Amino acid sequence: MSFIDRTARAFFLYELFQGLAVTLRYFFKPPVTINYPYEKGVLSPRFRGEHALRRYANGEERCIACKLCEAVCPAQAITIEPEPRADGSRRARRYDLDMTKCIFCGFCQEACPVDAIVEGPNFEYATETRAELMYNKSKLLANGDRWEVELAYRIAADAPYR
Amino acid sequence: MVDLLAGLLPPFVWRLIVIVVQIVAIVLPLLIAVAYLTYAERKVIGAMQLRKGPNTVGPLGLLQPMADGLKLFVKETVLPTNSNPVIFIGAPMLTFFLALVAWAVIPFDQGMVLADINVGILYIFAISSMGVYGIVMAGWASNSKYAFLGGLRSAAQMVSYEVSIGFVLISVLLTVGSLNLSDVVLAQKKMWFIIPHLPMFFIFLISGLAETNRSPFDLPEAEAELVAGYNVEYSAMAFALFFLGEYANMLLMGAMTSILFLGGWLPLFDIAPFNMIPGPLWLFLKICFVMFIFLWVRATFPRYRYDQLMRLGWKVFLPFSLIWLVLTASVLTAFGWLPNQG
Repeated sequence: MSFIDRTARAFFLYELFQGLAVTLRYFFKPPVTINYPYEKGVLSPRFRGEHALRRYANGEERCIACKLCEAVCPAQAITIEPEPRADGSRRARRYDLDMTKCIFCGFCQEACPVDAIVEGPNFEYATETRAELMYNKSKLLANGDRWEVELAYRIAADAPYR
Repeated sequence: MVDLLAGLLPPFVWRLIVIVVQIVAIVLPLLIAVAYLTYAERKVIGAMQLRKGPNTVGPLGLLQPMADGLKLFVKETVLPTNSNPVIFIGAPMLTFFLALVAWAVIPFDQGMVLADINVGILYIFAISSMGVYGIVMAGWASNSKYAFLGGLRSAAQMVSYEVSIGFVLISVLLTVGSLNLSDVVLAQKKMWFIIPHLPMFFIFLISGLAETNRSPFDLPEAEAELVAGYNVEYSAMAFALFFLGEYANMLLMGAMTSILFLGGWLPLFDIAPFNMIPGPLWLFLKICFVMFIFLWVRATFPRYRYDQLMRLGWKVFLPFSLIWLVLTASVLTAFGWLPNQG
């Protein structure tokens, strides 16, 4: 009996028509494509993109050169040289981040006691040369200034879950 | 004006001009159709995979085929050192030439055919069989193992499926009683052959897929194992000729399916809104329908394994079409429906 069943199915191309029906159904569904450079997908507040160094509202930089991020970085992408500033506070003289080494694990922002180093929502920072990916402190601070509104929102949005 | 010109020129020159104009009138729309078939393919498969397909070059991406063609045109044709240059260049030319030359006998409307020969089907069959040569030559002349294996596979596959296509054609011919393609269409005035010959329609369609090396029978160019089969070594215009030839062959298969089973230029019903649409447009719509099936199948099914392909061709299609041929002949004789008796 099962032989007849199988043969009949094969001869009437039963499974083939089922497959064709599936693709035909999909043919009339709207495409899910996002027209990328013009349309962009939604990013989670936890998305880990390009790094930034943030400042306090009064313009003072947050980073205190505690080197926790440098210590925790599994790719050893961060290099920090601290120095005492004229007012006696401890600040970073150098804060270098090698973006070609970074694996975007987010440990640096987890380790940071003052929420200074964060990974922002920006992932469109491709460069033409390798050297441009060796970020220094001024580049990271500039990133922080550029994305501050977004960064503050993301930290606030994620706060209830921490 | 035209008559005056015809009177002035020597008759053979005038006939030559007429034929050249007719050829251009067939080949030009054909090449445009080929270009837009590639566009349709990408759009249809895109839609079935919930993508958009080309949409950047021109409105709705409609200029994409032109951009692709231009790209292929300006690239360099690489001649591999180990290849046999004459055959290497000759193979795509042959493929392209054969794909175009078969259109000479396709009737677009009553009397609208370049060469109204009385062995039209035989001619088509001969031309499509010769298509194997282009591919075998390409596989051989490239002097590369992938191209060679692709060429071998393609040759075996095309020869196998041509046999069952032959039997399908004979079944249709028996019901028509003529080898002329216009007669085949006119014999379907009362009923399209898809109704009495439904199983043959499917066999023809599937064999057509195999014959034109289309998915799911695209083993000759299986990217996974053979990189691209017989056209690995080809680039630029040589590749473009293969590509055009392949798609022109697909369109030819569509035209043949329309003529043999879907009533060629005949309207769906011979009543007011339908028979006002001109014949060539009907043929065009039917070819579009068959092409959509081709693309639909490509978007749906995975590729066959080679032994399954051979099994299907020789152990399923061949006996089945042979039985159907005997059945057709028996029914026609038993009921006295044989055309052109005596």
